[in-house]
Amino acid sequence: MGESQEQFAIRVRDLVVGFGRQTVLDHLSLDVRRGEILGLVGASGGGKSVLMRTIIGLIPRQGGTIEVTGRPIGGRTEGAATTWGILFQQGALFSSLTVRQNIQFPLRENLVLSQELMDEIAIAKLEMVGLRAQDADKYPAELSGGMTKRVALARALALDPPILFLDEPTSGLDPIAAGDFDALIATLQKTLGFTVFMVTHDLASLTTVCDRVAALADGKIVAIGPMRDLLQSEHPWVRAYFHGKRSQMLQHEMR
Amino acid sequence: MNSEPLLLATPSGEELKLCPEGPWIAANVSMLETLSRSVGADVDQSRAVTLDMSGVSALDTLGAWVLEKLSRRASSSGRSTEFIGVADHFSGLMDEVRQVNRHTPLPTPAPNPVLLRLNDLGKSTVGAREDITIFLQMLGALCMAVIGVLRRPRSLRLTSLIYQLYRIGWQAIPIVVLITFLIGAIIAQQGFFHFRRFGAESYTVDMVGILVLRELGVLIVAIMVAGRSGSAYTAELGSMKMREEIDALSTMGLDPVHVLILPRVAALVIALPILAFIGSIAALYGGGLVAQFYGGMAPAIYIARLHEAISVTHFEVGILKAPFMALVIGVVACSEGLRVKGSAESLGRQTTTSVVKSIFLVIVLDGMFAIFFASIGM
Repeated sequence: MGESQEQFAIRVRDLVVGFGRQTVLDHLSLDVRRGEILGLVGASGGGKSVLMRTIIGLIPRQGGTIEVTGRPIGGRTEGAATTWGILFQQGALFSSLTVRQNIQFPLRENLVLSQELMDEIAIAKLEMVGLRAQDADKYPAELSGGMTKRVALARALALDPPILFLDEPTSGLDPIAAGDFDALIATLQKTLGFTVFMVTHDLASLTTVCDRVAALADGKIVAIGPMRDLLQSEHPWVRAYFHGKRSQMLQHEMR
Repeated sequence: MNSEPLLLATPSGEELKLCPEGPWIAANVSMLETLSRSVGADVDQSRAVTLDMSGVSALDTLGAWVLEKLSRRASSSGRSTEFIGVADHFSGLMDEVRQVNRHTPLPTPAPNPVLLRLNDLGKSTVGAREDITIFLQMLGALCMAVIGVLRRPRSLRLTSLIYQLYRIGWQAIPIVVLITFLIGAIIAQQGFFHFRRFGAESYTVDMVGILVLRELGVLIVAIMVAGRSGSAYTAELGSMKMREEIDALSTMGLDPVHVLILPRVAALVIALPILAFIGSIAALYGGGLVAQFYGGMAPAIYIARLHEAISVTHFEVGILKAPFMALVIGVVACSEGLRVKGSAESLGRQTTTSVVKSIFLVIVLDGMFAIFFASIGM
């Protein structure tokens, strides 16, 4: 137990999740190692987001266990902010608060600290994600797509959580912005040493930043390992995913 | 490993050695703030400051920033500062923190309150002009759409018009009947209660009849329609605008005014007089019931008095106003809907504006009609 606590950030065992009669996740097991960047791929509507939302407690599970940093996860989300940060696909910034207030929100709700320090931390986080202090007083509606993602990342990292969940972080960004964002995540991960669980379709992200990639098909993890291993996988869906025309073209051009 | 953070300050001569120990993490933030404040005076008095990080067991951005702030406080007044014993896995974080908060933007000076008020006043004046322009533009666009329909009657969106009539006319009947019934009953009760003192109870019927037919019936119904259907129009068109549906229509060569707004406004213009009529009748009925059970007036007498008291003119005055009120409500609701911008917040704000503005305009219009009808002797 002690060892697993050290080694794994997230352990999912025999997870069953369904809606009505439809089973989305069927006895799924997955380990995320501490300090790695894990990419999760799967068909659209195949349960990637469901898996992520189940781990963070937004969707009730029908069976199985989930351990996060060695502690089993119940239905509660109390204290969740200190355990993980989540970057939602659309950013999910609070539209009535400024950028600064958005980043300060988790600090204000979880800690007792002076306004001065809170302001400094908010600006520090903002600069760490590559934005300028001048952006702090803007409202989410005034931000571009890439900036929204960066502010959402800053908010997710406000409390330096050990685990960071990213839901399609590069979707809707142009290739340059997406590449920058990938590099930013890799840099911050190195600096702050958190674990990243990333749901993505972006083959470039998978190849460049992910330490391991897990493929979700038919409600199970059908392949997991470094990108190199997944490209060798014999599973028909994984083959189709990585060796389809689009993927081949991208991989060819990346070489 | 210490469970609490510590900060040991050892002055040696003019040098100060600071040894942070234990977990310097966000969870201990209040202790960290106290610790860094407590050594502040020592830092100011010393010549050189050394921060020995070897005792730190855990560090996150917040802890690193508190330490960095101490070191900046020292170096800002020309003292030499140095970090030693930074563990390898913390060095990346310390380097990162050293980069941040270097360019604090100048705090914006607090604006002069008088100027601020004047600024607001100026802005709302310009805003009022803009509101009028938008109202007239929408009215003009609607006129063009009506002319287009008159030229080619087949281009009228009949399905849409019927559907809107069903929604804002037919479905509104129960609530309109209920509210106007109650209003009529309340007016009649007040009339009987107060007129009884002068022995002028029978004039209650005159009051109910004239008030309901000339003013209240149409006004209450118009206000209800503005709240019920005007807000729905604004929210619908606003969310269509947000999801670029209106842009999609335009790119397909269709005029949004023709497709979306004309059927809606036309439905209002048709439905509001009908609703006002139904509402007035319900109010008269409510008054009649109160007359019977509270005022002790037999229904036959109530009807007879009503017959004497009111004429077709009263009814005409009321019902003539209805289409104009409907037009105002429709134009305001649709133009506010098209002013919605990207965020959900703006949708809410525009819907509120639409309802407030259309109710205000309906009442202003009613006042203008009152003056007009009085001066032509109706």
